[in-house]
Amino acid sequence: MTDFTASPPGPAPRAPGRIALRWLLFILLGLFALFYLMPLFVMVTTSLKSLEEIRSGSLVAFPRELTFDAWRTAWSGACTGIQCEGLRPYFWNSVLLAVPAVLISTFLGAANGYIIAQWNFRGANLIFSAMLFGCFIPFQVVLLPMARMLGMMGLAGTIPGLIFAHVVYGIGFTTLFFRNFYVTIPSDLVKAAKVDGAGFFRIFWSIFLPLSLPIIVVTVIWQFTQIWNDFLFGVSFSQAGTQPVTVALNNIVNSTTGVKEYNVDMAAAIIAGLPTLLVYVVAGKYFIRGLTAGSVKG
Amino acid sequence: MLPILDIQSLNKSFGSVEILKDINVAIQPGDFLVLVGPSGCGKSTLLNCIAGLEPISGGAISIGGRDMTQVSPKDRDIAMVFQSYALYPTMSVAKNITFGMKVRGIDAATQARKLAEVARQLQIEPLLDRRPGQLSGGQRQRVAMGRALVRDPKLFLFDEPLSNLDAKLRVSMRSEIKKLHQNLGATMVYVTHDQIEAMTLATKIVVMKGGVVQQVGTPAEIYNHPANLFVADFMGSPAMNLIPARTRRDKNGLQIEIARPDGSPMILHSELQRELPEDVILGLRPEDIAEAGFHSGRAVQASPCRIDLVEPAGADTYVVSQLGGKQVTARLHAETKAQPGAMLDLAFDLAKVSFFAPDTGERLN
Repeated sequence: MTDFTASPPGPAPRAPGRIALRWLLFILLGLFALFYLMPLFVMVTTSLKSLEEIRSGSLVAFPRELTFDAWRTAWSGACTGIQCEGLRPYFWNSVLLAVPAVLISTFLGAANGYIIAQWNFRGANLIFSAMLFGCFIPFQVVLLPMARMLGMMGLAGTIPGLIFAHVVYGIGFTTLFFRNFYVTIPSDLVKAAKVDGAGFFRIFWSIFLPLSLPIIVVTVIWQFTQIWNDFLFGVSFSQAGTQPVTVALNNIVNSTTGVKEYNVDMAAAIIAGLPTLLVYVVAGKYFIRGLTAGSVKG
Repeated sequence: MLPILDIQSLNKSFGSVEILKDINVAIQPGDFLVLVGPSGCGKSTLLNCIAGLEPISGGAISIGGRDMTQVSPKDRDIAMVFQSYALYPTMSVAKNITFGMKVRGIDAATQARKLAEVARQLQIEPLLDRRPGQLSGGQRQRVAMGRALVRDPKLFLFDEPLSNLDAKLRVSMRSEIKKLHQNLGATMVYVTHDQIEAMTLATKIVVMKGGVVQQVGTPAEIYNHPANLFVADFMGSPAMNLIPARTRRDKNGLQIEIARPDGSPMILHSELQRELPEDVILGLRPEDIAEAGFHSGRAVQASPCRIDLVEPAGADTYVVSQLGGKQVTARLHAETKAQPGAMLDLAFDLAKVSFFAPDTGERLN
């Protein structure tokens, strides 16, 4: 279907209809943005109100009086069950868990992808298919066997145990990302490096890893979001003292006695969500940069 | 003298598919060997086998007198230039060139000296700090050559290095490679599908088809004495005329009868002593058919032919006639009076003629 009403070429006069259409578009986009931002707005404003004000005021109203007490409580004073240390210790648990798990799974994915994409060996496709299959296994299916395995390895209830679970579960995805990135790199590159005298690991370190910035960023964003936001593994494979922030958040929200401290709950939820936001903001920039640098074109 | 590269009854198959069948080639130091053939003939696979990048299924390869059949590429003392250039995208030009030396643990001073030497030789000094992505096709080509040159290997391998360049650049790079070969006196193996590249560069040509070597020889041998119909047709542009003919031996010698569209056959005489079958295919290059009176020689015989097409090409004029049911191209001088539709006396140089068997395609004389 051809649009015969298309404007003639050249600097078109700004027809009033066209301007109206543009404004309509902006208004529509603005409404969508508002719609998406509303919950965040409510969370932020609520976290800055006192309990008094929450009880008396409207949900969407701005705070009459700014108070950061709720944030302080959420960070270091809120009670999770019998302990009242706030989110802080669990936040660090999550950092200790997510950073190594992301790094290890990303590195293993890069190595796997490199081998599967560039070193054709018998059964490479079979192994790749099996790993791909691993991406489609739901968390719940893995719970029991993983718990049993962690028990046998003596890692049950520890942060290394959680790291292990996340690394194993993540390898399927990271391998998929890196493999699909590396198959687009001409195999002549490996041949040239072989003739130049480089071995398997040298080629990986000196040629493939430096090329991989864009896909590393994608993988890190993906893995960090998965691991930081995970609740099921966190609640299943941890014990008091090793719980990640998502589990602690749940405990804070569910274990209040008496008055429900909405402001503390909101502040805690925002704190728990901040790192993933930060990763998007910081790494997203590098992601765009990596794509546009043109350094990948050989 | 011991051959620097010796390939003996090499076989290569992928599963049940035979890619290369019984390849035997040997070259001397300083040779420029060109592997030429249509795409899919196995020439690049053969080069990869020489480099050690593909394992071989049978036979042996020795380089510099050493058996290299089981040796890994890095220990074969070779350097290779790839069709895609295969420059390391994240390294500067200088790092690209010195990577091989760095991997081999050669000291920094030697690296710098050799880099400077090669950069001067290839005139890429201003490019040394750039990334491959910032270079033009011709510059990348030079860097890829530099990476090979800096190694000073026993054997240079080129895998269609010019096929990604535009026509003009290709011609100038071709003469640079030739100059390089003359200056270095290095031994080179070069893969191309372009028969002109093969003719201009080689000291020795291997023509391949379907994984089988069709002919090995100097460019002159390949051009003047093609071993079979495939080689005759593949090498040379415009291609060799291949005219079906009948032969008869009488007391004057060999009589060759070629059908003409108007009915009466053309009769040519040859002094060839060898016995020929009755049906043959006569091969004659366009330049061996000239306008009568302009081409001299003892075995030149003229006969009137009807001209169907006249194609002036500047330096020469090509005319097309019909003989033996085939289009026959003759290369005449530029000022020829040939007119389409008119008759013209064409002179055939029978000293240059090749005879082929129609069934097997093999050369008969």
